[in-house]
Amino acid sequence: MVTANNLVKTYGKKNEILAADRVSFSVNEGEIFGLIGPDGAGKTSLFRMLTTLLLPDSGSASVAGFEVVKDYRQIRNTIGYMPGRFSLYPDLSVEENLNFFATVFGTTIQENYDLIKEIYVQLEPFKKRRAGKLSGGMKQKLALCCALIHKPTVLFLDEPTTGVDPVSRKEFWEMLKRLNAQRITILVSTAYMDEATLCDRIALIHSGKILSVDTPANISASYPDKLFAVKANNMSALLKALAQFPKIISSYAFGEFAHISVKNNEENIENELKNFLEKSGMENIEIKPINASVEDYFIKLLK
Amino acid sequence: MQDVVIKTDKLTKRFGDFTAVSEITFEVCKGEIFGFLGANGAGKTTAMRMLIGLSKPTSGSAMVAGFDVYKQTENIKKNIGYMSQKFSLYEDLTVLENIRFYGAIYGLSDAQIKTKSDELVTRLGLQNEAKKLVASLPLGWKQKLSFSVALLHEPKIVFLDEPTGGVDPVTRRQFWDLIYAASDNGITIFVTTHYMDEAEYCNRISIMVDGKIEALDSPGNLKKQFNTDSMDDVFYELARGAKRVE
Repeated sequence: MVTANNLVKTYGKKNEILAADRVSFSVNEGEIFGLIGPDGAGKTSLFRMLTTLLLPDSGSASVAGFEVVKDYRQIRNTIGYMPGRFSLYPDLSVEENLNFFATVFGTTIQENYDLIKEIYVQLEPFKKRRAGKLSGGMKQKLALCCALIHKPTVLFLDEPTTGVDPVSRKEFWEMLKRLNAQRITILVSTAYMDEATLCDRIALIHSGKILSVDTPANISASYPDKLFAVKANNMSALLKALAQFPKIISSYAFGEFAHISVKNNEENIENELKNFLEKSGMENIEIKPINASVEDYFIKLLK
Repeated sequence: MQDVVIKTDKLTKRFGDFTAVSEITFEVCKGEIFGFLGANGAGKTTAMRMLIGLSKPTSGSAMVAGFDVYKQTENIKKNIGYMSQKFSLYEDLTVLENIRFYGAIYGLSDAQIKTKSDELVTRLGLQNEAKKLVASLPLGWKQKLSFSVALLHEPKIVFLDEPTGGVDPVTRRQFWDLIYAASDNGITIFVTTHYMDEAEYCNRISIMVDGKIEALDSPGNLKKQFNTDSMDDVFYELARGAKRVE
């Protein structure tokens, strides 16, 4: 449904900033595909190339069978795009914005109302309010409605949940799952690693490069080292102590635990570590082997 | 007992007939890392603006770093540091120029600014970037720099408003190393975040719902209270009851 082939994009006078470095991946029809990476990784540049708003320096890409450079008109008619930055008309009301986008795409709100109904009912009490006066969460819902009003085959969502609290994030993802069930292919980017598991497949991206493309489960399973979660009475002191442990590959905080990785062939490492930490003055020590998450994998790739 | 550096009593802010912050009462101790959590629109930003002397409360009282939020806002500003995700540094100034600018604003002498600049640039490993525009730095570096700049005048308390949003997982943890180091030096940290793993790094957290503080305790105790092993569940349990459509 979406294919990128060696996409390259540079910025700056001397092309010194590499926003996309030979990026290749493909998204299958009906998938929720996540582009996972921090701010500045190149996610937005990729989205803008795929939505025909930015020309690649080299490489090619297609969306729904159309070439992003040659067939940009067809692509714009077929896809829905919700940019990271709010980009509706702040001086138009909720209703006027939606009507505007429907008209531009040669359709009406009524025609595809089914698709947006569930989201739009939450906006209806405010339909006369100017879009610029809406709260963050409401703006986001309106933007999603506007991106859906022409019943796109592929939906591009650029960081829809940045700065959004955990409850609203959860609701947003439930909404995406229901849209996806109506056979809309979704390409979504996020800086939240925990959202990776909600995608069918993900691409990890950093500094313009794709580091890995696979299902979240396969990515977690391919973690190369042994991983443990460690807890003690004081996290700050625990991290300092762990850094001194001779057999360690890496250690870092992960919520209430610290995660540490050691070489796969290390035997009886748990006891050894426990003794070491006790000697370092730690109390209430708890050590358990765990499976890696996508975030663990990402940290491994960055280090 | 430990020194209390923030103390509020029924602190309230109304805008017309809308109560943004409703009678919040809590204390934060010296050197504590205090997480201030809540859904979007729960009233966190309004509460924080009152504490840093930018917004006058409607009723209730609060003392911050020993000063009154009604009458001594200028004293408060001199004794706290503040960093937000949205605005922190001047993008068109270099790293050194930003340090110099903020140092001067806080009344540091040229000699102090010189010493602090060297120290800060070395500690953050920014030697090669010192003369580059802040705009050219990756977000994570900007945030680390911004935090360090907020500490320039050796404040008693630092207020951090979503300092790590969008930052990569490695830099996010380096940022927390800086927070721990500041806390070890007796600086109080007051921080908001949407990352529940970061809530775990706080000594205590409060969770705001519809303008009220609905829970306040250590992460461990809150999880016990809600009978779960994940902070996500605690947050969800409390925040999904919100009536307010932000």
